[in-house]
Amino acid sequence: MIKFDHVSKGYAEVSDALVNVSFTIEKGEMAFLTGHSGAGKSTLLKLIALVETVSRGQVFLDGQNLNRVSEQEIPFIRRKIGLIFQDYKLLNDRTVADNIALPLLIAGYNHQDIKRRVRAVLDKVGLVGKEKSYPLSLSGGEQQRVGIARAVVNKPSLILADEPTGNLDPELSTEIMHLFKQFRQVGVTVFVATHDLSQVVESGCRQLILDQGRLVSG
Amino acid sequence: MKGFFIVHLQALLFSLGQQLRTPFSSVLTIAVLSISIALSGLFYLLVKNVTHLTGQLETSNQITLFLGQHVSEQDGERLQRQLEKHRNIQATRLITKAEGLKEFERYSGFGDALKALNSNPLPMVVQVFPRLSLTTQQQLQQLLDELKVIPAVSVAKLDMQWVQRLKAIIVLVERGVLVLASILAFAVIFITGNTIRLELQNRQQEVVIAKLVGATNGFIARPFLYSGFWYGFLAGIFAWLMITGLMKLLQSPIEHLTRLYLGYQEVIFLSVMNSVILLAVSSLLGVVGAWGVLVTQLNRLKPE
Repeated sequence: MIKFDHVSKGYAEVSDALVNVSFTIEKGEMAFLTGHSGAGKSTLLKLIALVETVSRGQVFLDGQNLNRVSEQEIPFIRRKIGLIFQDYKLLNDRTVADNIALPLLIAGYNHQDIKRRVRAVLDKVGLVGKEKSYPLSLSGGEQQRVGIARAVVNKPSLILADEPTGNLDPELSTEIMHLFKQFRQVGVTVFVATHDLSQVVESGCRQLILDQGRLVSG
Repeated sequence: MKGFFIVHLQALLFSLGQQLRTPFSSVLTIAVLSISIALSGLFYLLVKNVTHLTGQLETSNQITLFLGQHVSEQDGERLQRQLEKHRNIQATRLITKAEGLKEFERYSGFGDALKALNSNPLPMVVQVFPRLSLTTQQQLQQLLDELKVIPAVSVAKLDMQWVQRLKAIIVLVERGVLVLASILAFAVIFITGNTIRLELQNRQQEVVIAKLVGATNGFIARPFLYSGFWYGFLAGIFAWLMITGLMKLLQSPIEHLTRLYLGYQEVIFLSVMNSVILLAVSSLLGVVGAWGVLVTQLNRLKPE
């Protein structure tokens, strides 16, 4: 699903955010990306989500070389990825249902399909009854579940999560991780960047460790 | 296809809702836009009214012959009879000194001043109406030259001249209005563009999130384009109201004025076709302004 082939990424201010990183994540696999803050976890995810481009090397997503993707193709590749963020990135002036419906609206689904899918995904993340609420009236855990619902509503083949439990207490984190495992069970590839090692160990999943831009384990 | 329309309808209504949510700034923008549009519309109507007026003047080609002071009334009458037979002259009218004085008293209001004079200073006048077959300036000029050399005639004047001068002025004013309207159209584009740019800035977060979940630039641009459309369209409606209101205010003084000088003349308002064009153009300008900003700014807004 994801393949990094000798990837390096340098910024003007940080000479080497990623150094010669190579790894492969198979379809349907669930893997964690760990390391200290500043080790390059976010940068690595941004390369997959086409927010950043590599300086050297190649990134493949579902067999497609992301170096050769045109500006016009980017939106369509992003639709295959469900992105989850530490700060949730919700639209605070729209209801929960509208937030979750955004990817479906973008993909051009009709009204009935959108309603049906939003209801199904609300059920899955345990937010039934909150669809008319606004994000800021929800707890952190609930907001993150809205973020997850938005990420999976379009049935992506890959979920990328950047510190999804960074703002949540351990109990809520466990709930979120449980959700990820459920998605994996239906064949979705899940790739989570986190510094919460206890969750990683508990899950028993593969762990890729970054240290100062280098992949030291995985 | 049905889905396509629904998506556009949603964006159309959503963008209207956005404007209603910020009524104060929307009203300010629309006010500025509608004043720009109304100015163009008013100048257009002004020119249209004046053109209409001068269109009626066109038919009143005539040559006025002022006879010398020494010419007697009999000589004047003889000259008139001779001119009547001229192949290029349709009709003539002799205005004697006494008749001239009477007309002068009636129309000028200086009658009392004339009474102070010992003798009538007004010359005898022969009005010459050329045949209608004489249409070009050149033909009329030829006739004028012919009449000028008659010894009894001291001054021959083609009344076309002032009509032509007026027309030349109108052509100039028309050009001026066109230039002014173009400048104001650019103003409308820039004002809408700037407003859309601010909206884009305010909703930067939303744009970035939409991009992250796979929105194309087209999808993101749509509500902003419709926003531009609404600005233009609403400004067009307010401009129409302003123009019509102002013309209503001016209607009775203008009609009074034209009645005094030219006989009755009705004031022309915006026709249905004019109104449709006004709304279409103002809406289009709004969309163009929004589009210009979106094309340049949307690619710059990137996640992170």
